[in-house]
Amino acid sequence: MPTTVLQRALRRRLPGLAAHGVLIVFAIAFMAPFYWMLISSLKTAQQMFAVPIQWVPPVAHFENYPNAINYPNFPFLRYLWNSIFYSITVTVGTVVSCAAVGYGFARLRFPFRNALFYITIATLMIPYIVTFIPTYLVFKNIGLLGGYAPLIVPAFLGNAFFIFMMRQFFLGLPNELADAARVDGAGHFRTFGQVMLPLVKPALMVVAVFTFMGAWNDFLGPLIYLSDNRLYPLSLGLYAFRAQRTTEWGLLMAASVITTLPLIVVFFFTQRYFLEGIKLTGLKG
Amino acid sequence: MGACSPGLRGPGGNPTADPCVSCEMGTPNIALTTSARPRMSKLRRNEAIAGLAFVLPWIISLLVFTAYPVLASLYYSFTEYAITQSPKWVGLENYTAMFTTDTAFPTGVYNSAYYALLSVPLGLASSLALAVLLNVRVRFIGLYRTLYYLASLTPPVAGTLIFLVMFQPRGGLINVVLGFFGVHGPEWFADPNWAKPGLILLSLWGVGASTLIFLAGLKDIPAELLEAASIDGANAWQRFWRITIPLLTPVILYNLVTGVIGSFQVFTSAIVIGGTTGKPQESLLMYFVHLYREAFRYFNMGYASALAVVLFIVILVITVLIFRTTKGWVFYEGEQKS
Repeated sequence: MPTTVLQRALRRRLPGLAAHGVLIVFAIAFMAPFYWMLISSLKTAQQMFAVPIQWVPPVAHFENYPNAINYPNFPFLRYLWNSIFYSITVTVGTVVSCAAVGYGFARLRFPFRNALFYITIATLMIPYIVTFIPTYLVFKNIGLLGGYAPLIVPAFLGNAFFIFMMRQFFLGLPNELADAARVDGAGHFRTFGQVMLPLVKPALMVVAVFTFMGAWNDFLGPLIYLSDNRLYPLSLGLYAFRAQRTTEWGLLMAASVITTLPLIVVFFFTQRYFLEGIKLTGLKG
Repeated sequence: MGACSPGLRGPGGNPTADPCVSCEMGTPNIALTTSARPRMSKLRRNEAIAGLAFVLPWIISLLVFTAYPVLASLYYSFTEYAITQSPKWVGLENYTAMFTTDTAFPTGVYNSAYYALLSVPLGLASSLALAVLLNVRVRFIGLYRTLYYLASLTPPVAGTLIFLVMFQPRGGLINVVLGFFGVHGPEWFADPNWAKPGLILLSLWGVGASTLIFLAGLKDIPAELLEAASIDGANAWQRFWRITIPLLTPVILYNLVTGVIGSFQVFTSAIVIGGTTGKPQESLLMYFVHLYREAFRYFNMGYASALAVVLFIVILVITVLIFRTTKGWVFYEGEQKS
């Protein structure tokens, strides 16, 4: 039986439509928690678990936000500032140190360079679990517990993964550039700062966004080093709030939104670097 | 000019215009040097010093934050160390206690193993499947990609909390939706048998990053190969299993190893839901949570270090085993199969 125009058109369109269908189903599945977090933050605790389910909050309880922010003993705006401070400081330290160290490995010759580099790669396999206790004890003996120093100082000394990445990038730059700079009389530091560094800006951005995200989401670090409630970043503040006020779900959801939203905003402005970074290096963030 | 090629060089490699000087590289003029090795030129020495200066911060970090802690962990694991006093050597006592008196140890091992054995393969399969799905040429595909990845960007604490809300036994989104299909949902995080599966589902929500890694790998597969195969009569299924998967094996290996290492150290989601006791009924007492509790609640630094060493060894052994088997299944382009 000859196929009709309609049948032929359907057969052509069906795979595309099916793909769209599946994609949309998964998109809903992945986005559902975000949507739920958002609308739950505008509900009261009773409304959140009411049956039948309220897909859209009947009344938007915006007061959850000021109530969460001003909750006694849980200064969420302070937590927000702490997170911003912590993330930016760690990002700056990591970018600067990893660029410098990566450059040293890539373009400068010194004794034991290769051995040191292979050791660097090997350290990537060492799990956090086996270093974090003695590191904590070192900081305890120096007397630096209770503040952000133990979390920030190591960031200024380099990070194996990003050192590796920056080294690869610097290796990709043509040698003639360094030669030209030297002929022009530039020393090593000027060559690095004024010639090489500007050329790897995309790589620096990738390091920056992933470091920022890692610091923003850091939980265990602040957990073991910070004792003063007022120094908590959002991750720790949220945890403490949940631990002590287990029933204030509406406020908890508002606080969760405050914790999540900045990261999403940063993501939208720097999307390109997340996707580039994953493609180039297999970073998971 | 003489017998030397352009770039007349004297001892030490410095360019010289004097043809009377020996022009063999590395031939020291005895009168000038006393060491057997040709002296490094000033240029090279400056470069070496500069290089070390650039790398110095990292050397410090390696010594202070990597080498020392690993060795110290090993040392502390043989001691009893309660922070307030100095460490007291107790030999293998910590290790024997692990397998005898510590009741939480087998629980921690079981929970972490359960979690790792389920979340890693499921995560790999899901991210691979999603990557294949995202590889189609459809309008707005970039948007879908972004949405799936966005989910994995959620701060862990916030993400865990929203899952707690969604998986509430009564009134939680998941059980209500299941109810639409006539399924009576379990108690999830209130039921010791369902808490870990809930945690695993939480980990699956975050496969966005692995998906993109697989997607990058998929895009690296030359289209000509797949076209040639379909011309030769291979259907989509065959093309997938005979060409795509083998070429993806390096990426699979990477995601597998990082997944294993990560899943054995699961901490944040477990502690946010179950606290330091792993409730309900210790079902969420992961190895790392147990270790954290020993170190920072009970202050048994020595015992906690022993736990850390054991986990390190386990991860090491598993990783080595995985790499050992790679010859059997990982296919690197350009390599000859023996």
